[in-house]
Amino acid sequence: MGFSGWRILREGLTGNRGWRPHWRDPAPKSSYDTVIIGGGGHGLATAYYLAREHGLTDVAVLEKGYLGGGNVGRNTTIVRANYNLPGNSEFYSHSLKLWEGLEQDLNFNAMMSQRGVLNLFHSDGQRDYAARRGNSMINQGDDAVLLDREGVRRMVPYLDFDQGRFPIYGGLFHPRGGTARHDAVAWGYARGADRRGVDLIQNCAVTGIDIEGGRVTGVQTTRGAIRARRVGIVVAGRSSQVAAMAGMRLPIESHILQAFVTEGLKPVIDHVVTFGMGHFYISQSDKGGLVFGGDLDFHASYAARGNLPMAEHVMEAAMTLMPVIGKARVLRSWGGIMDMSPDGSPIIDRTEVEGLYLNCGWCYGGFKAVPGSGFSFAHLIATGRPHEPAARFRLDRFATGRGLMDEEGTGAQHNLH
Amino acid sequence: MRIDCPLCGARDRREFSVLGDAAMAVRPEVGADTQTWSDWLHLRDNTAGRLRELWYHEGGCAAWLVVERDTVSHAVHGVSLVGASDAD
Repeated sequence: MGFSGWRILREGLTGNRGWRPHWRDPAPKSSYDTVIIGGGGHGLATAYYLAREHGLTDVAVLEKGYLGGGNVGRNTTIVRANYNLPGNSEFYSHSLKLWEGLEQDLNFNAMMSQRGVLNLFHSDGQRDYAARRGNSMINQGDDAVLLDREGVRRMVPYLDFDQGRFPIYGGLFHPRGGTARHDAVAWGYARGADRRGVDLIQNCAVTGIDIEGGRVTGVQTTRGAIRARRVGIVVAGRSSQVAAMAGMRLPIESHILQAFVTEGLKPVIDHVVTFGMGHFYISQSDKGGLVFGGDLDFHASYAARGNLPMAEHVMEAAMTLMPVIGKARVLRSWGGIMDMSPDGSPIIDRTEVEGLYLNCGWCYGGFKAVPGSGFSFAHLIATGRPHEPAARFRLDRFATGRGLMDEEGTGAQHNLH
Repeated sequence: MRIDCPLCGARDRREFSVLGDAAMAVRPEVGADTQTWSDWLHLRDNTAGRLRELWYHEGGCAAWLVVERDTVSHAVHGVSLVGASDAD
């Protein structure tokens, strides 16, 4: 079933009675060529690109809950390619290019909105770093504009420019960044994968990973055993538990990251604005809610909800940056479970078990990575070779110290990112 | 979330900072191979459920504590001072 303006008009005139489910609900078969564990954004994108790029359709996606019910539905929907370090830079650049063609590719309205991402800076030193990062982005082939204070003021006049602690010196603007509709991304990939023959199996939790002679042979699930030649683990938030089924310990701690949304308001915030010194960022959804978030709570958590101290901190940062927000009322808050890696960068790699592949460690950057992660993970699974933009996301970089991607320059240890 | 400091009594979470899994308190032997050190530094059980963690009472008595906490419910089950049995 495709979408078009004509179709929507016709359905509107006939009571919307013609719409049908967008994907099948198949029972699991006893065997697949490839099994993807995890039906979130990354898992569904992986299945889609396995089918589209590599012609692999004997594929099942196993999801313990419902499709897109995890972190792809628990984020702040920001899409960007404004990284500094080699590794992250080319990966997110590739991912953003996929975002830009996603809706046409999937024939699904992902509400991709390239409204621009503005990172503020508050000192001469920060300006120098912003200039350097902007140059890295331009060298990578993406876009960046260094704005002075007046340039920022013209763009976002509602900020408090003269606050004593963090006066606004300017900003680094990334015009191609923006937001996308989180659920639609999962649904679009799900439909695209299903149409190409991938079985999307919900309410199917993996309980064991079968390994014989150092080779993966299948998985045990709550809906029976499934044999498979290749298995991909892509379950950020629960990576340690699933990897443990294969006898692995991962360099991952699961942490909580909170976000908040206000009641719907008339358009006021036209961009994504980030206030790094307050660990605060904000955009406005198409429905009108101000969507904003802060930093980790910093204690390990699988609760998918945070604690009050960080909620207070985020509200204080909001008031510091833009006092106008004090008139908005917060509607609700949520938390996503973040796979935190020691250097703050992800892992897409093979494992020591032949045929078992790992995709994890997205920290707080998983949403914008969805297309690139799926594309690169599918490439790795299908060809056995790393995809060039993700070639540095190696699992062994922590042990060897080579190729660490520590964007914050704080060190490659847990609890520092 | 409140943590019952053995020296100060029950205090708000704001007074504390967290380091992580209490396994960090037990270092590998001096001269252990690099793989052992790397595993100690980087790999985690990352328990979903009851976990023993190192917390620091930054805004109080400045003691290091072992807090047994449920990472799924955030319930705190027990707090003790880091003792000789926890650290080398």
